[in-house]
Amino acid sequence: MEATYSLDVYTPVVILLFLGAITVVAALLLGKLVRPHNPSESKNTPYECGEQPVGSAWSFFNMRFYVIGLIFIIFDVESALMFPVAVVFKKMNEIGRGGLVLVEIMIFLSVLISGIAYCWRKGDLDWVKSYVPGKDTSNK
Amino acid sequence: MNNTIVSYLSQFESYKGLLESFSSMFGEAGPGLLTFLVFLIGCILVVTVLATIGGLGTYAERKISADMQARMGPNRVGPYGLLQFLADGVKMFLKEDLIPNKADKFIFGLAPLLALVGVFGTLAVLPFSSGFTLANLNVGVFYLIGIGSLVGVAIFLGGYASNSKWSMLGGMRGASQIISYEIPVVLSLMAIVLMSGSLNFGGLVGAQGGLPQEWFIFHNPFTFIGFFVFFIGALAETNRAPFDLPEAESELVSGYHTEYSGMRFAFFALAEYIEVFVVCGVGAAAFLGGYNVPLNLGGEGILGQVLQILVFFGKTLALYYLVIMIRWTYPRLRVDQLMTLCWKYLTPMAIFNLIGCALWIYLLDGKSVWDMLAAFVGSMGTGGGH
Repeated sequence: MEATYSLDVYTPVVILLFLGAITVVAALLLGKLVRPHNPSESKNTPYECGEQPVGSAWSFFNMRFYVIGLIFIIFDVESALMFPVAVVFKKMNEIGRGGLVLVEIMIFLSVLISGIAYCWRKGDLDWVKSYVPGKDTSNK
Repeated sequence: MNNTIVSYLSQFESYKGLLESFSSMFGEAGPGLLTFLVFLIGCILVVTVLATIGGLGTYAERKISADMQARMGPNRVGPYGLLQFLADGVKMFLKEDLIPNKADKFIFGLAPLLALVGVFGTLAVLPFSSGFTLANLNVGVFYLIGIGSLVGVAIFLGGYASNSKWSMLGGMRGASQIISYEIPVVLSLMAIVLMSGSLNFGGLVGAQGGLPQEWFIFHNPFTFIGFFVFFIGALAETNRAPFDLPEAESELVSGYHTEYSGMRFAFFALAEYIEVFVVCGVGAAAFLGGYNVPLNLGGEGILGQVLQILVFFGKTLALYYLVIMIRWTYPRLRVDQLMTLCWKYLTPMAIFNLIGCALWIYLLDGKSVWDMLAAFVGSMGTGGGH
């Protein structure tokens, strides 16, 4: 590191994150001075194309989104773990140890592939699940 | 090696002079203060330029769509309607700030903030040129993917907190779409990480060259497919048509930002347009050679840096134009088609590309198709001499 280098590399990251937050807060606070403020009961109801809203939007939601979320977590953690292996691969290949890293990559990918094959076979990747009478699709 | 804009600047004499005067004025804290100031100015500059580009993006979007549909588009405010985005901004600034009675007020206010913070965070690693990168983090790609996901969180929270059925549907669709398409994008970027052996953007770009045959997209067949997987996934991650299901205006009114008005809505829109630019920039840096100027014209000097920045912006804006063209060309996908495309086509394809790239490096020493073609032609030439 050079002598002039007395702040961390992550300084711009922190500055940018603060800039983002400050922009939003400042614009909303400044806007308060000039914008009108006449709330009314009907103005503050959720928009439903002119109909009176029935019930809350916070109700039960489709299970499919939850399954997608679960599959995503598995894949994302796997790919996060694969990054270190991917970075060293080229250097290891240059010193003749590429085969070892290749096998490691293949192990990671085989877990991924078997995961996606399992979900596919299980029908979790199908958004619209067809119902066949007499066939139990819930527990395939 | 240039890690940040500060380490680039510190090679100039005038910067060293400035550093000495700062040291004499503030003593021990001098160098740190100067570094902080340079970072602050750099950050403000990047944010201002990118916000302007985001604003002009809305103008370009409307103008290009008008062109494609044989209309005029905005043409009243400023020359050719160029200042339309400023007029829109002023209008949104003056709009009443509505928060529905039943909304979760804290999260409702937090969502646009998260969206903008997430997008601004990604700007830190965007490689504008070899010297002008705010921070060339050694985990650049990883950091970008991580902090970029904040936008997805913001979209979900915005949809959830509004307590409106349209918003809820949009937010749920947005969350599931963004996390699904994260996988093919990450895997295709990982193939590029394999090829270059580095996670920072300087390394990614440095492993490529100025001419098209030195870019990663034309390096081998797998990276060629990988670019398109990345690009389609990136379109979906930024909620651009044909993947604009979270805000599908013809079915969900306005999706996750139905209840947002005034400045809060403006921040969502701004975040979206800047994010499109960031994603195009990442595509240009990872696959299209980034800031490399052909024939090594872009050097370490000021002129070379300007050329590099121009090349980077040229490639990025070309991709930006493509994104806008695609929006006005293709109809929107259905939700089930969206999930099928991601999980049954793009993800297996991305895994296949990753294996292909790994084998390519291992078996062929990472030579590009063109290297081998040149070697083959060369051996033909010498073979013909017999």
